[in-house]
Amino acid sequence: MKRNFLLVFLVTLVGLIYVGRLFYLQVIIGGNKNPINSATVKIEYDYPERGYIYDRNNKLVVANQISYDVMIVPKEVKTLDTLEFCDLLKISKEKFLTKIRKFKNPKKYPPWLPDVFIKQVAKEDFAYLQEKLHKFDGFFIQKKIIRNYPMKSSANILGYLGEVNEREAKKSHYYSNRDLIGRWGVEKYYEKDLRGVKGRKHFKRDNLNRITGTYKDGKFDTLAVSGKDLMLTIDSDLQKYGELLMTGKRGGIVAIEPSSGEILALVTAPSYDPNLMVGRKRSANSIKLFGDSINNPTYDRGLQGAYSPGSPFKIINGLIGLQEGVIDKNTSVYCYGGYQYGKRKHEFMKCHCGIYGRPIKLKTAIAESCNSYFSETYRKIINKPNNTKIGFENWSNQVKSFGLGNFLGYDLPVGQKGLVPNTKFYDDRYNFGWRATTNISNAIGQGEILTTPIQLANATAAIANKGFYYTPHIVKKIDNQTINNEKFITKRNTSIEAKHFPEVIEAMHEVFKTGTGRYNQIKGIDICGKTGTVENFTRINGEKIQLKDHSILIAFAPKDNPKIAMAVFVENGGYGSTIAAPITSLMIEKYLTNAISRKNIEERMINLSLQNEYDKLIPKKDSIAPTTE
Amino acid sequence: MRRQQNNIFANIDWFLVLLFFSLVIFGWINIYAASSTNSDGSILNFSTRYGKQLIFIILTIPLIILILFLNSKFYEQFSSLLYLFSILLLAGVLVFGKKINGATSWYNFGGIGLQPSEFAKAFTALALAKLMSDRQYNLKLIKNQIKAFVIIFLPGFFIALQPDMGSVLIYFSFFFVLNREGLTLRYFTLGVTTIVLFLLTVYFGTTWVLVSSLVLITIIILYISYKNKQFIRFNWPVVLATYVALILFIAGVGYAYTNILKQHQKDRFDVLVGKIEDNSGIGYNTYQSEQTIKSGGFLGKGFLQGDRTQGNFVPEQDTDYIFSTVSEEWGFMGSSLVIILFMVLLYRIIYLSEKQTNKFSRIYGYGLVSILFFHVVVNIGMVIGLLPTIGIPLPFFSYGGSSLWGFTLLLFIFIRLDAHKKYDY
Repeated sequence: MKRNFLLVFLVTLVGLIYVGRLFYLQVIIGGNKNPINSATVKIEYDYPERGYIYDRNNKLVVANQISYDVMIVPKEVKTLDTLEFCDLLKISKEKFLTKIRKFKNPKKYPPWLPDVFIKQVAKEDFAYLQEKLHKFDGFFIQKKIIRNYPMKSSANILGYLGEVNEREAKKSHYYSNRDLIGRWGVEKYYEKDLRGVKGRKHFKRDNLNRITGTYKDGKFDTLAVSGKDLMLTIDSDLQKYGELLMTGKRGGIVAIEPSSGEILALVTAPSYDPNLMVGRKRSANSIKLFGDSINNPTYDRGLQGAYSPGSPFKIINGLIGLQEGVIDKNTSVYCYGGYQYGKRKHEFMKCHCGIYGRPIKLKTAIAESCNSYFSETYRKIINKPNNTKIGFENWSNQVKSFGLGNFLGYDLPVGQKGLVPNTKFYDDRYNFGWRATTNISNAIGQGEILTTPIQLANATAAIANKGFYYTPHIVKKIDNQTINNEKFITKRNTSIEAKHFPEVIEAMHEVFKTGTGRYNQIKGIDICGKTGTVENFTRINGEKIQLKDHSILIAFAPKDNPKIAMAVFVENGGYGSTIAAPITSLMIEKYLTNAISRKNIEERMINLSLQNEYDKLIPKKDSIAPTTE
Repeated sequence: MRRQQNNIFANIDWFLVLLFFSLVIFGWINIYAASSTNSDGSILNFSTRYGKQLIFIILTIPLIILILFLNSKFYEQFSSLLYLFSILLLAGVLVFGKKINGATSWYNFGGIGLQPSEFAKAFTALALAKLMSDRQYNLKLIKNQIKAFVIIFLPGFFIALQPDMGSVLIYFSFFFVLNREGLTLRYFTLGVTTIVLFLLTVYFGTTWVLVSSLVLITIIILYISYKNKQFIRFNWPVVLATYVALILFIAGVGYAYTNILKQHQKDRFDVLVGKIEDNSGIGYNTYQSEQTIKSGGFLGKGFLQGDRTQGNFVPEQDTDYIFSTVSEEWGFMGSSLVIILFMVLLYRIIYLSEKQTNKFSRIYGYGLVSILFFHVVVNIGMVIGLLPTIGIPLPFFSYGGSSLWGFTLLLFIFIRLDAHKKYDY
């Protein structure tokens, strides 16, 4: 028995190695967890039609259109009459050859999988193509549904569709490569509602990719669920009008219905026609739009632009002062062309209210935008508890109760937090005992505080409502059902009691009656508002340069039972009263009366271009204009 | 001696017969699964591969009866003749054979193909047993070793001319027989070292392997001389010869690999050692086979439920790659069961061989077990991605009449010889 040891040993050894290898292959790394996701099952998708989008007045703003792609199955392509083929598809021979060469590379394009050869052929060519193309093996026409934006505006709200790329498809449980997906705006935020659910059919397939029957008798097949239609809160007429008024300017307009938080208009300028992001020139346009770092048309200034709020912020400071009881409507402050907040000479804030040495009360202070009054009030608020830190934290929290300093939680995918500093912020910044006077600029909205136009519009809505707001949102109905998202129907209270508002609202009304907005009154409509002129600086070649002021305004109307609250921000527009005020007033008139009585102002605003101002900012370059079909 | 005819069925080893039929039947079930993908019809339909295979299986029964009813002395007496006959067939096929897939391995008799190399194994085993069972035969003599090598490699020579390198390799398995009968393990060590050096050279390149193996051998020699102070003084020719042989071999392999081996042969080694990874080209078989095995999981997908088998993803899935079908549809349970069945079969043959009092039967038994072992190791090793692609069938499993009958012949001659010993005395 000694001699047979070698074979017995080898049989045992090999047996163990092989069983071990099988255990490794089949049990440790094997055992297909998802049997469908394998090379043997072909999945065919049934794409439901994507939901339509309407504005608040049921006007169609996003629709679908049919497009036709010429598809190629590289493996099936045979020798063909190149000339005739190129003629048919209206492409040059060189283009045809480079494309064919590209698809004939089996490493990049699996030869049996159909891929797009020519995207979106013209509709008028389709019938002719359909008839002729069957002559050419390996080519066929595929119908595809793409978006259409009849409103031709609101690109920042509506967004656009893109194709899911391979990397995303691998990570996703739903999407496959080249599926359409919302990339921005409502298309992105409401992707799941709009897209519906695609149906799946499973087929067995063999090594040559031939279908050999249904997989497991259709056990895993699902039906398509059609996409839901959306109704936006946007008033498309107002939106388009806002975009028209912003021609040649940079900035944002946000209008909100105070009683519901519905966004009536969300304008950013400059913007672009959303149809540019559809069709054959899509990728070329996309590069131009996203690559335009000068005009930044894909940057939503209404949502993402964080600016100093300027004078409108005085209203919030006034309200906090009233709430804290450090002022009342009769409290007077004297202004001598400015406010001396420290002993040293430079510790002085200039004021342009023009009321020299006479007592100024709250109403006048707001109407004339007195810096001294609000600096004094701010100081009183912070110093009330005899502890700067506690006082400041309290102030900061009250400011935040207006929805400032954080994401509002609206239903669009982009935004900015802005900044409302708290005690910690200044503790980190200064290594000395800072006081109210250290950051006295916050009193007039010029300090560290930053807000976005939508935050300001929302705070304005809260003022119009006398102390509460609803989180702004852009969708009113999904599939004809009014939204009941808890987030958007919950009343959010500010820290200010309702009784403190009438005085402030009166003052804001005064702004449009006798103050900075007096040239922009509308007959029969009581507008309440506050203009602002925000200093701003930039660095060019490392040098701090003061630029032309931003023009800003918050307003709501009518005074009683407000229907619209808004914030307008025009970059480098100068005084709030010269640009932001007329725009606001025109927008309010448009929305409330659906007509414009002051054509001359309208015309002046539309034609007013600040391009010269913007050109100063950057060394001149050839401007890049996107092309449309 | 009269009892012999009456008791033949009482004396045969039913356990081996049972193992044989288990393997053949389980094999056929998998051939059915692997080849029924594009056709349905009656199972005895000669136009389908599973139908043909069933007929081949049924035809093994008359063959088995014939083998069992011949006198066991017949095999010993006629072994030389049978061997010569198979050599003639192998030579003849080169002249009259039909070329399929680049190899002239088949006789064609009116649509029925016959592969003489499948039968030659059995007759070579018989001839070798005949030679070595001679009382005068002493394996220690070089002359006798050469005789054995000639018997073993003569069929191999003709098969190499077909060319069917996979089948040639089988004849190396007779080393186990020689080893059992007293041939020293040095040949085996030499063989293994050769293969390892070859693969290392292919993988790392001539220079690296040459340098590192020279360093290694120097260390070993220095160690031995350190232990045994006289070593170098007395064995310097051996030491010198070792160095020369090593250098010549590695350089030779490097040369042969780059200049003599054909590209498709090189590719097989390259894929095996992982030098190239190509899942769609030359590594396609191995890749598909591994994917199929993995997808089987622990319990398998069930009979006819293997979607990769049903989709014909693995090439040659009813012949050389039949084991992938087993693995997919029957899972780890089925695939390891097949390996265990083969192990039991091999153990049983070794056990019975050792019990033979007749030297001829014992040597033949070893021939049988060596061939079976080699087939199983090479075939399954290839399918599970441990060995390079070498196209030889899995005994009793793979589709094909010649292969099935060849193995039936091999096994049942042994069963017949074994049955004889029990009532010979």
